[in-house]
Amino acid sequence: MAPGPGSQPTGPGQVGRPILATRDLSLWYGGSQALSEVTLDVPERQITALIGPSGCGKSTLLRCFNRMNDLIDGVRITGDVLFHGQSILGHDMDVNALRKRIGMVFQRSNPFPKSIFENVAYGCRIHGIRKRSELEPIVERSLRRAALWDEVKDRLHESALGLSGGQQQRLCIARAIAVEPEVILLDEPCSALDPVSTARIEELMRELRETYTLVIVTHNMQQAARVSDLTGFFYLGRLVEFAPTGELFVSPRDPQTEAYITGRFG
Amino acid sequence: MPPRPSRAEARDRAMTALTAAALALTVLLLAGLITLLAVRGLGAFRVRPLDLLELRDGSRLLVEIRDRERIPAGLPGAGHHRIRARTGNRDLTGNDFLWIDESEIVHRSRPRDAALLERLEWGPFLGFAAELRRDGAVLARGPREAFEAARALLPAKRAQWERIRELERGEIGAVNRALERLRLERRALARRALPPEERERRESALAASIAEQQARYRELAGRLDALRAGFERERLLMRTADGREREIPLGHVVRMIRPNALGPVARAGVYLSRLREFLLDEPRESNTEGGIFPALFGTVLMVLIMALAVTPFGVFAAIYLREYSRGGPFVRAIRVAVHNLAGVPSIVFGVFGLGFFVYGVGGVIDRLFFPDALPTPTFGTGGILWASLTLALLTVPVVIVATEEGLDSVPEIARQGSRALGATRFETLVRVILPGASPGILTGLILAMSRAAGEVAPLMVVGMVKLAPALPLDTEYPYLHLERKFMHLGFHIYDVGFQSPNVEAVLPLVYATALLLIGVVLVSNLAAILLRNRLRRRFASPHL
Ligand SMILES: Nc1ncnc2c1ncn2[C@@H]1O[C@H](COP(=O)(O)OP(=O)(O)O)[C@@H](O)[C@H]1O
Ligand SMILES: [Mg+2]
Repeated sequence: MAPGPGSQPTGPGQVGRPILATRDLSLWYGGSQALSEVTLDVPERQITALIGPSGCGKSTLLRCFNRMNDLIDGVRITGDVLFHGQSILGHDMDVNALRKRIGMVFQRSNPFPKSIFENVAYGCRIHGIRKRSELEPIVERSLRRAALWDEVKDRLHESALGLSGGQQQRLCIARAIAVEPEVILLDEPCSALDPVSTARIEELMRELRETYTLVIVTHNMQQAARVSDLTGFFYLGRLVEFAPTGELFVSPRDPQTEAYITGRFG
Repeated sequence: MPPRPSRAEARDRAMTALTAAALALTVLLLAGLITLLAVRGLGAFRVRPLDLLELRDGSRLLVEIRDRERIPAGLPGAGHHRIRARTGNRDLTGNDFLWIDESEIVHRSRPRDAALLERLEWGPFLGFAAELRRDGAVLARGPREAFEAARALLPAKRAQWERIRELERGEIGAVNRALERLRLERRALARRALPPEERERRESALAASIAEQQARYRELAGRLDALRAGFERERLLMRTADGREREIPLGHVVRMIRPNALGPVARAGVYLSRLREFLLDEPRESNTEGGIFPALFGTVLMVLIMALAVTPFGVFAAIYLREYSRGGPFVRAIRVAVHNLAGVPSIVFGVFGLGFFVYGVGGVIDRLFFPDALPTPTFGTGGILWASLTLALLTVPVVIVATEEGLDSVPEIARQGSRALGATRFETLVRVILPGASPGILTGLILAMSRAAGEVAPLMVVGMVKLAPALPLDTEYPYLHLERKFMHLGFHIYDVGFQSPNVEAVLPLVYATALLLIGVVLVSNLAAILLRNRLRRRFASPHL
């Protein structure tokens, strides 16, 4: 990869090998710009948090990583998004294979109206694993890793919609894990949960960090400070500052960042 | 003193009362409708006692009393009561029912020997058994003895009758159809260009087949004649209350009872046997007697075929509108048009079905696949397929609207969740959206089927008949005969109730048929609702 002048990654991309990266990424919804020349490197097996006031483009950026913006009409993109150094924006990209490798967990938990088992097995079925004997161990392993197994093992074949909000969100994480992705994108995964469920998910994220690369969008600065290794602060579609979490929260370099983390706006 | 209610409060109360009254009235009307149909319909098969009436002028009548009312002012005998009595014996007197002024009756009794014979022809006979004869020789004499002897023979006679019917419908019918097929083959042969020797060979082969079938026909006809002769051997001499006699071939008797001598269990038995006949037998006497099975069968089959046609059609249209189209004025216009289609009078669909399906599509099918039968149409005339498709067209808006609602009920984030796992749009549709929308789709199907089961007007022109010679589904290849005409409960009600000369006699049958029609709709709805609730429970989403 040979980034041109002016597109040096902001902050220390040196923490680990970058698995995901953007280069001068700008995005428009119709006429309105949501991202402006964002360049950042997401290191492998780290937790990268994206913070910033509402509407600053965090979710939009997250959706660029697995091309979920394709589902929205009238989106225009310039710049590039790289996965293992390869551009993923090309027309010849197999988007569905990409999404298998880059999973996503949404702000509102969205289990399918199916059984718990079928929710977790869904991605595997889509990607060609049909045999029950193969699916069963995958489902169990995924639920265990999502710290949900003990709570649901006796009712795997009941509707997933009967679970509590926190359980549903962990189910969505299990569902994402089941297809063995490399990266998991989490878009405010705890914003609809109570503190206890939030704590469980944060704990879970720290465990998942051993195996996966996590990118988490959060509204909650304490959360970012607690769980992440790196934090990027966004403001009005721009990446204002990107630094190791401790650094960014203790000694922010940019006055806007400081204003935000000290609670003067946002 | 309690505070006076404010004006707003008073208005609120008045509104509550008004809406409650409207609801109560609706419930009352519905309950009344069902009760009327149930009482009259189920009462149709009851065993009624026979009354022997002696009138002031010395005449004697054996009747079933059906009704009693005050004679309206202006008629002779006004102020007295009169009874409506079923006299039966239409072959002797020319009518079935009589009004009798009660003041004319000098004596009433219920003789145990009074007998009621239900017959294949001429309706019931009310009287007393006198003699049972075989080929003119007396087998039994006396009201009780002759009756019992005849009743003992009845099952055998019914079996003979079934055999005759089978022979006529089944084997002779098959020979007739084979002959018709051979005739068409011969016509097709005449039109083809063939070398003369080849033509001759085929023609002689055909002629041989025809001769073979004709021989078979003669043989069957001989057997039929023999059966018929045996069928008519036993005759029951019946005497009416006023002493007139009539010899009734025992084979023509469907059921014989002495109502006044029956205990409650035997009455219940007769009730059930009549109910069975009603549900499972074919109609007789131009639909005024016998059962309604072909109409029941036709209605159910037609609705099922309709459901098969309308479901994919409506569901695909809704999927396109909701999932694939990009919105915009064109799609909005289509949606409005679809919704309005539901308001088009149903007879308009009938006319369209006649023009498009019957004459258009049917005509083309006939020219392409059945040219030898022309000018006799095969598909180019009304039939159960065209009727089903016409009703499918009529009900497709219902299915589209309900399916769209079902699709809307699947949250957008569920779709995104599926796509984010790498599922394609199609996989998401099949695995997530359609299962989630299935309760809505089923609701639409329920509504469509109820509507179709009750719709009569458009069917009049596309294949519904008052009397169909054969069921559209039978044991003859290809089993399902989509081109055949069919009978329908709704039309049956109209035909029996309003087109028959003997309205009083058939009225109970009309109620029973109406009750059955409602029953069919109710049962199909109930089944679908149960299924839908099961699906709902499976896919229930607390977020929705
Ligand atoms: N589907 C969309 N269509 C049009 N504009 C959108 C869409 N999604 C987001 N936006 C706009 O893009 C900007 C960034 O949104 P988003 O990425 O959701 O912000 P965040 O997640 O940081 O709150 C906002 O101004 C928002 O209004
Ligand atoms: Mg967001």
